[in-house]
Amino acid sequence: MATSVRISTKKNLDRRGFLRVSSIAGGGMMIAVYAPELEAMAAKLSGNTKNTRRADYTPNAFIKITPDNIITITSKNPEIGQGVKTHLSMVIADELDVDWKDVRIVQGDHNPAIYGGQGAGGSTATPQNWNYLRQVGAYGRSLLVAAAAATWSVPESELTTASGTVFHKASNRSMKYGALADKAATLVPATQLNQQALAALTTLKLKDPSEYKIIGTKVPGYDTHKIVTGQPLYGIDFTMPGMLYATYVKCAVFAGKATSANLDDIKKEPGIRHAFILEEPAPQLGQNGTPMPRNLAGLLSGVAIIGDSWWQVQSAKKKLNVQWDEGTTVNDSSAGFHATAETLSKGTPNRNLRKDGDFAAAYASAAKKVDAMYFIPFISHAPLEPQNTAALFKDGKLELWSATQQPTSGRQLVVNTLNIKTEDITLHIMRSGGGFGRRLTNDYMVEAAAIAKAVPGVPVKLLWTREEDIQHDFYRPVQWHYFSGGVDAAGKLVAWRDHYMSTGPDANTFGNSAAIGNNEFPARFIRNFQLEASIIPSGVPTGALRAPGSNGIAFAVQCYIDELAEAAKKDPVEFRRDLLSQWQADAPPPAPAGGAGGPPGGGRGGPGGPGGPGGQPQFDAGRMRAVLDLVAEKAGWGKTTLPNGTGMGVAFHYSHLGYFAEVVQATVSKAGAIKVDKVWMAGDVGSQVINPLHAENQAQGGVLDGLAEALGQEITIEKGRVVQTNFGTNANQFALMRIRQACPVEINFLKTNNPPTGLGEPMLPPAVAGLVNAVYAATGKRVRALPLSKADLKWG
Amino acid sequence: MPVTFKLNGKSTTVDVAADTPLLWVLRDTLNYKGTKFGCGVGQCGACTVQRAGVAVRSCQLKISTLEGADIKTIEGLSADGTHALQKAWEELDVPQCGYCQAGQIMSAASLLDKNPNPSDADIDAAMNGNICRCATYIRIRAGIKRAAEIKRGAGAQPASGGKPEGRPEDAPADGRPRSLFETAR
Repeated sequence: MATSVRISTKKNLDRRGFLRVSSIAGGGMMIAVYAPELEAMAAKLSGNTKNTRRADYTPNAFIKITPDNIITITSKNPEIGQGVKTHLSMVIADELDVDWKDVRIVQGDHNPAIYGGQGAGGSTATPQNWNYLRQVGAYGRSLLVAAAAATWSVPESELTTASGTVFHKASNRSMKYGALADKAATLVPATQLNQQALAALTTLKLKDPSEYKIIGTKVPGYDTHKIVTGQPLYGIDFTMPGMLYATYVKCAVFAGKATSANLDDIKKEPGIRHAFILEEPAPQLGQNGTPMPRNLAGLLSGVAIIGDSWWQVQSAKKKLNVQWDEGTTVNDSSAGFHATAETLSKGTPNRNLRKDGDFAAAYASAAKKVDAMYFIPFISHAPLEPQNTAALFKDGKLELWSATQQPTSGRQLVVNTLNIKTEDITLHIMRSGGGFGRRLTNDYMVEAAAIAKAVPGVPVKLLWTREEDIQHDFYRPVQWHYFSGGVDAAGKLVAWRDHYMSTGPDANTFGNSAAIGNNEFPARFIRNFQLEASIIPSGVPTGALRAPGSNGIAFAVQCYIDELAEAAKKDPVEFRRDLLSQWQADAPPPAPAGGAGGPPGGGRGGPGGPGGPGGQPQFDAGRMRAVLDLVAEKAGWGKTTLPNGTGMGVAFHYSHLGYFAEVVQATVSKAGAIKVDKVWMAGDVGSQVINPLHAENQAQGGVLDGLAEALGQEITIEKGRVVQTNFGTNANQFALMRIRQACPVEINFLKTNNPPTGLGEPMLPPAVAGLVNAVYAATGKRVRALPLSKADLKWG
Repeated sequence: MPVTFKLNGKSTTVDVAADTPLLWVLRDTLNYKGTKFGCGVGQCGACTVQRAGVAVRSCQLKISTLEGADIKTIEGLSADGTHALQKAWEELDVPQCGYCQAGQIMSAASLLDKNPNPSDADIDAAMNGNICRCATYIRIRAGIKRAAEIKRGAGAQPASGGKPEGRPEDAPADGRPRSLFETAR
């Protein structure tokens, strides 16, 4: 027996879901979210029975309560180290009013029909789920209370709950949830499925924050014990009987094609079962029948080798000889991109993104002018677990085990590429050994699926090497900012122009994640403001990397602001306070996003955030001022005498709905070696940090990640391919942070009366600029091109 | 070629190509998935195991060189998951994505065996070969110091509720590899 009730609130209208309560064979109850039933009912009500589709009932559930009083919560979002498996479950458990020790968490398979959105990206899981999952928990609690009221024939108002138990104090009676679950499962009569019941549900009383017992407490990660004892957890750990191992060799020049290979030789190597070339699928046709652009984030041409062990396929690969058609981008180079940028900077921009006031006049009459070009390189995501997916294609159905940040788009890519129906694909979401945006792109998933489809009935695990991961990434896009600006005689910033450039497939199209938004700070804080953009054609695939856009923009903007502060003879913190007070209330709202032609820019909030003008999140100067003041106070800004060669730098940035200001203190030796001494962070992510134990870890790691990008990370291109091949410290390798470079990071959260927002990304961008500003304070050397390892910082 | 070595105290014989790195023997031949693959060139430390008590990179050790060797992996670090480092890692909740942490712990275990009271500088020197992409380094330092305390008998004092008791899936690591296929189904 099951009963369904729609749950929604005004803030959650887009999140259609049915909460379905049902019994479990053997005792207990479960609460599942069930969207298709809503669609079916809507179709029925409208008299359209033809398209009524009723999805199969599935035992996947958000909450399961069994007679042993164990609460099993399904974690729907991918866990990539951001902690959602634990902290979103904490939200449900607190409202359900159970003890954390009684909670078990299982990872849900990909099934958006049941769970709604299942992604990891954009720091969105918390803002999108905060209200929703509290309601799910509170709804469960309300059913258990109703079951107890019916059992004891007492009014619900006399009942209280705690620790998974309903209490009736007047009669000194209590019952565990496990004992009430059977009754609760059959309690809600179908007749209640009417407007009044729905209205009652949307007014479910949620806990006052003072009543939280789990939210806001320090809860260790649910999987930590498995991690420290080496139990299998990750995509790479998946194995099943009879499984073979695969490697997939692509052209070093991006999107080059394999024309032939010595496949017969390879097949003779020990342990090798199959070797074949996969073709890039023909482009899909657009509405008017013309081919769409190639999907470089999809299946590309390459050579698959399948064998009994991964080491055997790697050994065979060393003997592989492939003839490649390297394509049209074989002459791409980092030096060439720089030369193009320099040329474009002298010409008319490809597009104007924003024009407030009269920049030219204000610049001409400025008391002091500063012109500067800032450069941000390509970098690689380099999650420590190389890309992998296990796949089994059998009897026309495909089963996938994949560590992915976007399972839904991964499945769609497989559907589009391999002509397999959505309903014939089962996708198991595996824990990811890091994401950082790399696993938003599911190229490795479609490769594994295509390989498995070529050998039906045999499970195959595709695993990339580190070299393949570094050389076939979707890189953090390069950025150039050609700035011109000026301050007036009073030291006020009066003119700002940025000619922004990045790469794209052609001169009129930004690459993925390469665009800039027209609302990006300091837009609307300077009366005469101009933002223009041009695009450098490139074959280098790009994509979102932790705090996309922001991780480069904050460096350029916040360092250039320091240059203007110096021109104005003002302290960098004081200059920023002045700037934040210059809100141009009469400035026009940003033009429609069409001008930007790419991913979200200005403010870079996530879906579900508060809308500002033009549908983009509003930048709240007051919230930024508060974190700036807090971090200045914590760092002792302007109150500390530092030795020669040591300096402090400040920066702030708003992204992913979070307000972050940071002060970095660094010491530079006379020989030019940088040591970061300490970082102070102040962040505002709203009224509640759900799990402070993980939040501190995440924030410290994000700040250190920003420092690592600034210190030594760069991907360079020569002859259309990536120069770097693996991790390492020499100039031609990719430098991840090591423990020697990790400084203390003091975390301060400013609680404000705003909805809780995400913490995967927004702490990163200010760290980059803060460090570069600190290096300037220490040495007098202004670095305008990252990474710092390429700058000559000798002084004295 | 058959090679016999001691793995977590038990004599183990494998017969694979002579140039197969220990990492892949552990992961794919013997199904010990705790030791991770990160770079394959000895730069990241995710594959760290102990050979005769010394932290080594298993991706750089050809199996043919290991006849009679004494190898310990994360699965064999303790009989029941209660090595001081494992306790400290849980108490402080060191991991984020967690992928590097088995390697971190194996390097740290070698350090603590030699140096029961390491300074920050000692820790940085011993751990510099282990990359944590999530940059949990601040907690790794704290975790090693906390483990040193536990080893000296200071006892565990969980900052919070600690690990829930009696979770069936948290059965102590007994060195017996389990299939993720079984647990995922």
